[in-house]
Amino acid sequence: MTATAAIDAVGLVKTFGRVRAVDGIDLEVHQGEIFGVLGPNGAGKTTMLRMLATLLPIDAGQARIFGVDVQRDPHRIRQLLGVTGQYASVVEDLTATENLWLFGRLQGLRSAEARARAKRLLEQFGLEDAANRPLSQFSGGMRRRLDLAASLITRPPLIFLDEPTTGLDPRTRGQMWETIRGLVADGCTVLLTTQYLDEADQLAGRIAVIDHGRKVAEGTPDELKTSVGNSTLQLHLAPGADQELARRVVRRVAGAEPVLTPESGRMNVPLDTADRAADVLIGFRQAGVPIISVSVAKPTLDEVFLAITGHDADPALEVQ
Amino acid sequence: MTTTTADPIDRAPVRVVDPATAVSRARPRTSAAELVSQTLLMAWRSLKKMRRNPEQFFDVTLQPLLFTAMFAYIFGGAISGNVKGYLPLLIPGIVAQTVLTTCMSTGVQFREDLDKGVFDRFKSLPIARIAPLAGPMMADVVRYLIAASLTFVMGVIIGYRPGGGVLGVLGAIVLSIFTGWSIAWIFAWLGTVARSARAVQGISMLILFPLTFLSNAFVPVHTLPSGLAAFVKINPISHLVSATRDLANNGTITAEVGWTLLAGLVVIAVFAPLSVRSYRRHL
Repeated sequence: MTATAAIDAVGLVKTFGRVRAVDGIDLEVHQGEIFGVLGPNGAGKTTMLRMLATLLPIDAGQARIFGVDVQRDPHRIRQLLGVTGQYASVVEDLTATENLWLFGRLQGLRSAEARARAKRLLEQFGLEDAANRPLSQFSGGMRRRLDLAASLITRPPLIFLDEPTTGLDPRTRGQMWETIRGLVADGCTVLLTTQYLDEADQLAGRIAVIDHGRKVAEGTPDELKTSVGNSTLQLHLAPGADQELARRVVRRVAGAEPVLTPESGRMNVPLDTADRAADVLIGFRQAGVPIISVSVAKPTLDEVFLAITGHDADPALEVQ
Repeated sequence: MTTTTADPIDRAPVRVVDPATAVSRARPRTSAAELVSQTLLMAWRSLKKMRRNPEQFFDVTLQPLLFTAMFAYIFGGAISGNVKGYLPLLIPGIVAQTVLTTCMSTGVQFREDLDKGVFDRFKSLPIARIAPLAGPMMADVVRYLIAASLTFVMGVIIGYRPGGGVLGVLGAIVLSIFTGWSIAWIFAWLGTVARSARAVQGISMLILFPLTFLSNAFVPVHTLPSGLAAFVKINPISHLVSATRDLANNGTITAEVGWTLLAGLVVIAVFAPLSVRSYRRHL
């Protein structure tokens, strides 16, 4: 990598009172990629994004965007970024065209240039018919697209998208994905947060999984999926079965950490190959762990997620 | 990536976004010229908003019309013997009152704005931090202009004949606008520190009522008990009312104009920096 990293963050920390919302995250995003930040609600994704976007002060650590220091040079950083949040942040009382024109002018475009770019963006986002309509008549999807267009009016090289498709219907979601891919084709770098695994899978070249303010995994979608095993053994223990004993057996026999699912008595075991399932079952028989049902399946992305964040919940287990 | 893309050779020159150029072009801070143009753009946004929400003009149009007629006919006989005789005393008082009420909505509106998603975008833009605050304040001048002018128009309709002539009245209007604009900084500051728009409204009423009614706006000072009269004499609103009376009724620029301007400047000097500071904390 000879080019400067689009984002180079080391040890980012943000505390709210006693809560460490972001607890020492390192992040390196290369130019021209879509980088996905994946995590459940409250994991610290948005907080991290807001720190990088100069919207929140950084408590500890440091971050550079295209080599520019975020804390020392916030005004420069703001000229390199387009930020689209979870909620459409456009001016309600203006039309779509007026919104884009205003944001262009505020950032130093001449009036004619701002109007031309607004027109092109509205066409590109399929909003040309609604260009002069009041925003009160816009659907949720149209607002999101307008919001993204507003972030693009000055063609910033880095785009932050905070859960860009949360709350959108599947069709609009697909349109949004196409648009995001188009950005990268134009030379943009995209940092995207999402709680949808399929979204990260579809869009991102690399993914960081965030949980409780920490980065618990990072890699390509495929790497993440294989790291959890190629197949999953789904076990339903009989009532009264010793769960702790079952965990120990799984760890010893399969060399993997079982993932407890929310339903009681159920656990998923990631396996390298489906053959290992037999070993686990024999282990259970020998140790006297009764089971109700057994099945072997390919890991779903939700399991990948549970598995990864499960590891993080008790880091001592990984050492064993 | 499974997306269909043109082959790399074709794509290279189409790259519209170049980070290196963007970094080299990025300026370290906003210039004074940018500050002015950004503030004007924000004012433009506020004016558009006003035009599309005409109910925002209710206070500045209905209040002067209603209060002028109401006060004139209710208190005219009691205070000055007849309505016509009361008008030269009353009209400048109503001007001050309506302009002050208009200020109040500056704070309320600003607080509402701060809670809207668009402020997040303003924060993320490379613009002067003060522009989203200063813009709406500029646009509000239009509202003061309407409030002050309509009061005079209503006065004339019910029989007020300002002795200061057109120039005197214009002077009075300009002075009221300036005072309203300067006092609005108090309410803008309230808007940045209060928790909700409702809170701003409540606190503002508490400030406004004593300020307008414990002044010479509606009654001659010599009718008041001495303790109250002492407060009324130092109340800046009294100075505005006196200055407006001198201008509109006699066409004379008295020391009261000076005191009013001074009070306005002091308010700006104190509350503009305070507002900017606590507004920045929102960022």
